[in-house]
Amino acid sequence: MVNPDTATKPNAGNSNPAAPDSMEDRRGMNTRKLEVRDLSVHYSGNTVLSEVTLDVWENEIFGIIGPANAGKTSFLKCINRMNTFTDNMEVGGQILFSGMDIHQLKNVYALRSRIGVVFPLPVGLPLTIYENVALAPRLKGISDKTELNIIVERCLTRAALWDEVKDRLNSLGSLLSGGQQQRLTIARALSQDPDLLMLDEFSIAVDPVTTMRIEEVLKELRSEMTIILVTNLVQQARRLADRTAFFLDGKCVEVGETEALFEGNVEDPRTRDYIEGKFG
Amino acid sequence: MFEETELIARNKRIQGLYRTLLMMVTILLVLPVLVILATLVYKGGSIISMEFLFTDPVDGMTAGGIFPALFGTVWLVTLALLISVPLGVAAAIYLSEYAANNWFTRLINLAIINLAGVPSIVHALFGVGAFVIFFKFGTSILAASMTLAIMTLPVVIVATKESLQSVPYAFREACWNMGATRWQTVRRIVLPNAVSGILTGVILEVSRTTGETAPIMFTGAAFFLPFLPESIFDQTMALSLHLFVVATQVPGVPDALPYGVALVLISMVLLMNSLSIAFRIYLRNQKKW
Repeated sequence: MVNPDTATKPNAGNSNPAAPDSMEDRRGMNTRKLEVRDLSVHYSGNTVLSEVTLDVWENEIFGIIGPANAGKTSFLKCINRMNTFTDNMEVGGQILFSGMDIHQLKNVYALRSRIGVVFPLPVGLPLTIYENVALAPRLKGISDKTELNIIVERCLTRAALWDEVKDRLNSLGSLLSGGQQQRLTIARALSQDPDLLMLDEFSIAVDPVTTMRIEEVLKELRSEMTIILVTNLVQQARRLADRTAFFLDGKCVEVGETEALFEGNVEDPRTRDYIEGKFG
Repeated sequence: MFEETELIARNKRIQGLYRTLLMMVTILLVLPVLVILATLVYKGGSIISMEFLFTDPVDGMTAGGIFPALFGTVWLVTLALLISVPLGVAAAIYLSEYAANNWFTRLINLAIINLAGVPSIVHALFGVGAFVIFFKFGTSILAASMTLAIMTLPVVIVATKESLQSVPYAFREACWNMGATRWQTVRRIVLPNAVSGILTGVILEVSRTTGETAPIMFTGAAFFLPFLPESIFDQTMALSLHLFVVATQVPGVPDALPYGVALVLISMVLLMNSLSIAFRIYLRNQKKW
């Protein structure tokens, strides 16, 4: 595995001028946001993920690429312990979130509230646009109208949706178009004020223009939070991710600086084949 | 390419034949309902009046009104639902939102389905044993309502469970991912979107409960009671039993009277069903996803 401390990245490709250019600085003191050790997942005896060991750094976009059934989504489910809601899903190994073992946590709800999740298909909750974004703060006990208004406007603005919906905040969120709903989902995730944002193939149901807008948003968010981006678009990982992991058949084949991987600087030939579109 | 061959012509003929056949069968099935309603209106319509609805029966139930029975039925049904709806909805929420998918849950579900299939006379005997004798409620509105409640419980549970589960799973997942507890999710997302469906099920139960006779005749409904009950520990008359009594047990009843009672009973049921249909239409228009 490439050591992220020593690897350099000549063209960081950072579109956000406010953020420092060098990787070391942007990763805020090089602290580990996530430490995954020997993670495995079984569904009633079937192994879908095994021996996954990797680190995700603070304030980086961590890409995960790989074909279907590689275990990418199961990996995300483990991180916010959504496995407790899935029957027959057994998780082994260890995950540290900001240094805390998530399986030792008493308050799993607090963990989930610090992790925003965006699904492949947009989920507009059957609430108004306003309430969609105000839900997470309300769950935390915020009921002050002014405070909620500020949160809603800020999150919708950051998700690049505010201008389109500011005049109809009280209409149903589930009636927006697919691309708008996906941005609403992102706004909802941001309303949790998360440290970690996990996106699972967010662009599947989104048109290319909206995809580009969301990608711009993600680049800006990198300065404030850690982002894990699961994508089946190899080029999307190249555009966004600082480092990329390649998953295949329930294993993490390798993790490396995105640019290095795409320049063919790989440890395992399968990674190069996948990136070049020879399989998957 | 598009010319009509012999085969296509034959297929068309057969398709027409089946269409007519199926339509005839459907019309045949609607016919009894229309005949029943028409007969009741024709034979009993003349007796219906405000006086009939709101006075007591007199002359050994051969004359006068049906007020005590009407009043009793409203009481029995209301109380039965006040008992069965909270219990049924609570059980359905547990089964749909909390229970793990294991043998125990499957056993409970099986029991509920079987409970729905128990004949009403068996419920009646259970009611006598449990509420009248064991809990010492005596033959009373309370005992009869509880018997009706037990009988309606499985349907309330099943209807509620189905309308809870019609709320897409993705909504729950989205909420849980935000750090919501199961209860917060039920309270804020699932229940508000299932409530119209639950109400539809409940109203359908009202119409079924209104017509039930067996479960109440041993537990709290009286043959004849010339005054209104004063508390839930009194007996009461009920429309369904009253219909049975005036139709078969009392000599010298004018022809129109049983038909009139039946017409009132069926009108109550139809009114409730129409309400439920109206609700369903409202529900369709309220679809939020």
